[in-house]
Amino acid sequence: MVKRKLNPVQVSLDEVASTSLKAHTTKASSKSEKLKPKAVIPSQAKNGKEQKEILKEVKSSAPRRSTRKANMKKVDEEPMDEHSKDEKSDEQSEDDSVLGTEEDEDAEVDGDSDETSEDEEEASDEEDDDDSKSDSDSDAEKSSEVDDEGIENDNPFEFSDMNEAISQKVEAPHPNPVNGNEYEEDSSDEEDIRNTVGNVPLNWYDEYPHIGYDLDGRKLIRPKQEDKLDEFLRRMEDPNFWRTVKDLQTGQNVVLSDKDLEFVKRIQSGKIPDANFENFAPWIDWFSSDVLDTPLRSMPPSKTSFLPSKIDKMKISKMVHAIKMGWMKPKPKPSTEPNFYMLWDSDDKSDEMRRVHDHIPAPKVRLPNNAESYNPPAEYLFDEKEMKDWESKDDEPWKRRYNFIPQKYKSLREVPAYDNYTKERFQRCLDLYICPRAKKMRLTIKAEDLVPQLPNPKDLQPFPTICSMIFKGHSQMVRSITLEPHGQFFASGSEDGTVKVWEIATGRCMKTFEFGCVIRWVEWCPNKSLSLLAVAADSDVMLINPGVGDKLIIEKTDLLLSETLDQGDYHPSERLKGAVQWEPVDEEKWAKGIRILIRHFKNVNQVTWHAKGDYFASVMTDGQNRSVLIHQLSSRRSQLPLNKSKGLIQCVLFHPIRPIFFIATQRHVRVYDLLKQEMIKKLISGAKWISSMSIHPGGDNVIVGTYDKKVMWFDLDLSTKPYQTLRFHGNAVRSVAFHKRYPLFASGSDDCNLIISHGMVYNDLLQNPLIVPVKKLRGHDKFSDFGILSIMFHNMQPWVFSSGADKTIRLYT
Amino acid sequence: MGKMKKKYESGESTQFMTRKQALRKLQLSLKMFRKLCILKGIYPREPKNRKKAQRGATDKKTLYLKKDVQFLLHEPIVWKLREHKVYLRKKGRAKALRDKVALKRVVDNKPMYKLDHIVKERYPTFIDAIRDLDDCLTLSFLFSTFPSLRFVPGSMSRLCRRLTVEFLHYVIESRALRKVFVSIKGYYYQAEIKGQTVTWIVPHNFGFQPQSPDEVDFRIMATFVEFYTTVLGFTNFRLFHSLNICYPPKLLTLRGSEELNATNQLHWDNEDDLVSERVAALNQSLLRSSDAPVEEQVPEMDEFPVTEDASKMEEMKREAERVKRLKNLFGGLKFFLSREVPRESLCFMIRAVGGQVSWDGNLFPGATFDESDDSITHQITDRNLDDKQHVSRYYIQPQWVFDCINARGLLPVDKYFPGAVLPPHLSPFQTEREGDYMPPEKRKFVDMEKGIVAPENAFEFDNEGAEGEQEEEEEDGDEDDMEEEEEDEEDENASDEDELLDEDERTIKELKKQMKVTKGEAEIVDELRKRDDETKEQWRLRTMMIKNKHKRLYRKMMDSRRKRRREADRLASKRLQIEESTSKKSKKTKTKSKVK
Repeated sequence: MVKRKLNPVQVSLDEVASTSLKAHTTKASSKSEKLKPKAVIPSQAKNGKEQKEILKEVKSSAPRRSTRKANMKKVDEEPMDEHSKDEKSDEQSEDDSVLGTEEDEDAEVDGDSDETSEDEEEASDEEDDDDSKSDSDSDAEKSSEVDDEGIENDNPFEFSDMNEAISQKVEAPHPNPVNGNEYEEDSSDEEDIRNTVGNVPLNWYDEYPHIGYDLDGRKLIRPKQEDKLDEFLRRMEDPNFWRTVKDLQTGQNVVLSDKDLEFVKRIQSGKIPDANFENFAPWIDWFSSDVLDTPLRSMPPSKTSFLPSKIDKMKISKMVHAIKMGWMKPKPKPSTEPNFYMLWDSDDKSDEMRRVHDHIPAPKVRLPNNAESYNPPAEYLFDEKEMKDWESKDDEPWKRRYNFIPQKYKSLREVPAYDNYTKERFQRCLDLYICPRAKKMRLTIKAEDLVPQLPNPKDLQPFPTICSMIFKGHSQMVRSITLEPHGQFFASGSEDGTVKVWEIATGRCMKTFEFGCVIRWVEWCPNKSLSLLAVAADSDVMLINPGVGDKLIIEKTDLLLSETLDQGDYHPSERLKGAVQWEPVDEEKWAKGIRILIRHFKNVNQVTWHAKGDYFASVMTDGQNRSVLIHQLSSRRSQLPLNKSKGLIQCVLFHPIRPIFFIATQRHVRVYDLLKQEMIKKLISGAKWISSMSIHPGGDNVIVGTYDKKVMWFDLDLSTKPYQTLRFHGNAVRSVAFHKRYPLFASGSDDCNLIISHGMVYNDLLQNPLIVPVKKLRGHDKFSDFGILSIMFHNMQPWVFSSGADKTIRLYT
Repeated sequence: MGKMKKKYESGESTQFMTRKQALRKLQLSLKMFRKLCILKGIYPREPKNRKKAQRGATDKKTLYLKKDVQFLLHEPIVWKLREHKVYLRKKGRAKALRDKVALKRVVDNKPMYKLDHIVKERYPTFIDAIRDLDDCLTLSFLFSTFPSLRFVPGSMSRLCRRLTVEFLHYVIESRALRKVFVSIKGYYYQAEIKGQTVTWIVPHNFGFQPQSPDEVDFRIMATFVEFYTTVLGFTNFRLFHSLNICYPPKLLTLRGSEELNATNQLHWDNEDDLVSERVAALNQSLLRSSDAPVEEQVPEMDEFPVTEDASKMEEMKREAERVKRLKNLFGGLKFFLSREVPRESLCFMIRAVGGQVSWDGNLFPGATFDESDDSITHQITDRNLDDKQHVSRYYIQPQWVFDCINARGLLPVDKYFPGAVLPPHLSPFQTEREGDYMPPEKRKFVDMEKGIVAPENAFEFDNEGAEGEQEEEEEDGDEDDMEEEEEDEEDENASDEDELLDEDERTIKELKKQMKVTKGEAEIVDELRKRDDETKEQWRLRTMMIKNKHKRLYRKMMDSRRKRRREADRLASKRLQIEESTSKKSKKTKTKSKVK
């Protein structure tokens, strides 16, 4: 806004100056010559800011003048816009023309202006007086006109005052510039000669006799238009004409004073209008960060600050009254002290209340033991070893015996503070709210209650209890032992390549047969009318006549076996032929006792007789699908019962009564019906490796010993799974055996223990067998991780024989 | 055909909620949830089948019962906690803006909550509250020693102090104290209140030790204490009223403060302070609200039905008698505490078993008589005596008081003289099962109680207090020692043998002992041993037949038994070693003295 206002002023001033300068070139001094309109306009464009400052100065020094200037500009503006504005009022165009003529006339006048200037000045003095008179007259006329126009004013005085004011106003534009300061005559009343219409185009008032309103709202009557002639006359006569400008808003002519001119000149030359303004004065930083001793502005405090506030006083008095009347009370402070009262009505009766579902109370803290005492018995204190143990468990403190180091103090006075006290309490807090809780059933049974109640072994007698005889003679571990069917002798086969026949009653070694290879198995023929002993030596199975016992039987046996049978058109298959061959026995071997020799294609592990004594089976573990062979003594023929390999076959067994054949593979026991030639069932042991098996004389129960320490009792009628698994032994079970008469069975193991158990089988099918271990027999020594290798019962007596890796055979009675 | 069942829609999987789910359900932050759980006594549960409860997830999660969470949902304190959150926010804002007016307004309107209903909820009966008093007392006693900390305002520790002192007063007045124990961690006390045993620990009297924040979170403990103080307050109230004592407690003889000051030679500005200090001194009876006799739990014996086992009855009767004796153990005795002994614990114990006690009035208010009082029978001191001694009293170390209470009888004072090597202080809480190690001191005492050893040597009920008698006692003590040693040896022999034998053969062994009395020949012993071996083997054979299902359990049980036995053996052998070395030393010294 400011700028918009200012620029026109500037322009008007320029205009004025230029016109005046042109008019007074002669009169103007060197100073006036410098004033060139060219220089002004760029300066305006350059520093608008400066211009602002300048105008401020102007305004502050002469507020009235600024208004005048503002008015003036309106007049002077128009010539600038001349070309653009076509729709100008006639008057204005006239003005323009007048101005234009003025300029022309100026130019004409220029030539003699020097001469006339002094005269004009002199004349103007005189004329001023006249003018004033005439003006006042005209004013009076104007006022009357105003009245005529119908503006009713009640107060004639005011009106006259107004008239005076107007007259003064009219006068004001004609102060004598020579006299100096035009403001000397100024009064405060005079200031109000201004138009209050605001910043509106003045041509709005063209139709009216007035051009606006003064401060009091009275109309400002448009001054009388002077015609060209008057103007010309004035130009000619008035020496101040060049410095007279017309205030458009008031319609007055204003004569610029010297000071104004000075301003104009300075502005034109792009200087600060106030000549006294010191542009480069030293800067005083009034509002610095330094705190001054005295205030920068010492404004006196207001009076109200000394006086008590009345409103406050009223408020206070109201409050005082309210307090007096007891209407207003201080807010009670909430008591921080807890308030306790009788929460429970009785000790053990509870109200119906919601509770935690299925509450599990936290277990109480464990109470201290003697070690925690400040003065414990000396044995509770840590010795060096225990201290080391404590220190080694720094990473896993829960493994320590106590969570503190026991200490002993001589007196109570010396007991220090316990460092972990707060920490332990905190741990307890954590336990209470983080630790998951569960109800746990506590076992109240004693360990003893877990042990089954069994009949006293004393009631289950007889069973072998004591080692009554040790048979020594072998120089290597005794692999196998077997009893003569009469129960008088027994034979043993050892790794030293000998088979020895012993008399039980005397303990004598009756005979020794040397074979020069490892004897894996010996088995006496169960037929009492034959004296035959089957020996498995490497890949041979030999039937020997030991030549002990009844001579008749011996001779009869020899006689029987010396006959050579006519095989007729028997042609064994190639498969069988490759596996086994019955070889004729020569004289030398006959003299050794060998009666029949059967050669196998692999090492024979086991030989077992059928109960009748005619058939016997041999096992070659490596024989694959030909690992089991059944031989018939009477016909001297062999059969291959299996067509396919069933795995590593460990041992085989004939059923004592029925034509059933048991084959123990590594994990299972396969039961075959020999007549139907099919598998009846498969006993699943669940063990890793079966070592041996034995069958109850009744034929319905089988025990199986395994290398993984177990002895399994199978009830064939019950299930294919073991009826009971007995873990008696601490090491591999090598041999198991049933007694033929007594309800006893035994198991021998590599841990050198021979365990005799009572195994009662009832005739009642509903009753399960009763198994009670009755005796643990020790005696054999361990020899390169082998203990007992073979066991057997006496057929009549409750005696048990065991052969061990320590080269001995023991008899327990 | 029925509808097909979906997985995890019934059974255990619907009963549990993980903590995260609980937080979502309750719309609480973890901190607030924690606080709520502590206050309400909600804890995670261990499910029977974790995989099912976690709906197939195999990692370990904290599981809460769904019903518990629902229970929390209805708790009014949840809202208070939320309000508290808002309060904190407002307070922080006012503080940040330095708006003091707003700050004051906010602080004045701080949301408060009460835990009364929770106490009632968690402990529906008074007995329940007493049963759960252990942790409450222990933590309150600890907090009563705390200065004002960041999360423990001073008011909290003051309240703890007040409540614990009140509780001690109740124990004194009701003579409920049963067992005491000085541990390296602190003093253990056990009292019997309304038929419930309450055990608490008081730390040794030392200043606060700063704790590292990684190890101890005082915020959690403070939350516990917040609840515990409420419980303890209500419990005290009811306990005091059951004895007709005013609550809050007042001193029985409320004399003018001037007089009090005069006797104590200490000046107290505030009378309230004075009274509370005096209450804390535990040395005066409290004002009773009425003189009506308090319903006491007396003649219990007659009420028992006769059908019970006779020996059990006998045992109970004896126990009751012992307790009765304990209640007035120090009746008529006057104790004076020197300044170096723990005043509060000793005063509490002595008064709880009927003694009178006092101390140096300059030290602490509440002293009732002076050191120069001739009627003092015992002076408890923990220092070597100076020349100034009173002839008419025993000077003893504080352990005597503890041991007397545990023994429920007055022990001879000779072993407890100042400067004497104290007999070991044994835990009264340790109950030895069969086969556990029992220190010889305790074995002797147990035998005495059973009546095996005549109690004349042990108990000394008169206090004529002459030096001559003391000497006699000393001699007696020597004899005791000798006896003890012999006994010990026997014990050890016995225990050595025990190692070899199984427990169920003890009876036979005893039989054997009896047999030993008559002169037997070697054959007979062999016979016995044979039988022994037989039975043993029989047993072993039987154990072989344990079902596979039980074998593991049996082995575990036997292992633990073996472990216990080994532990007992270890201690016994250690003891033997120590005694041997000490006896050697003593012999050496004796010979030296003879040479001299």
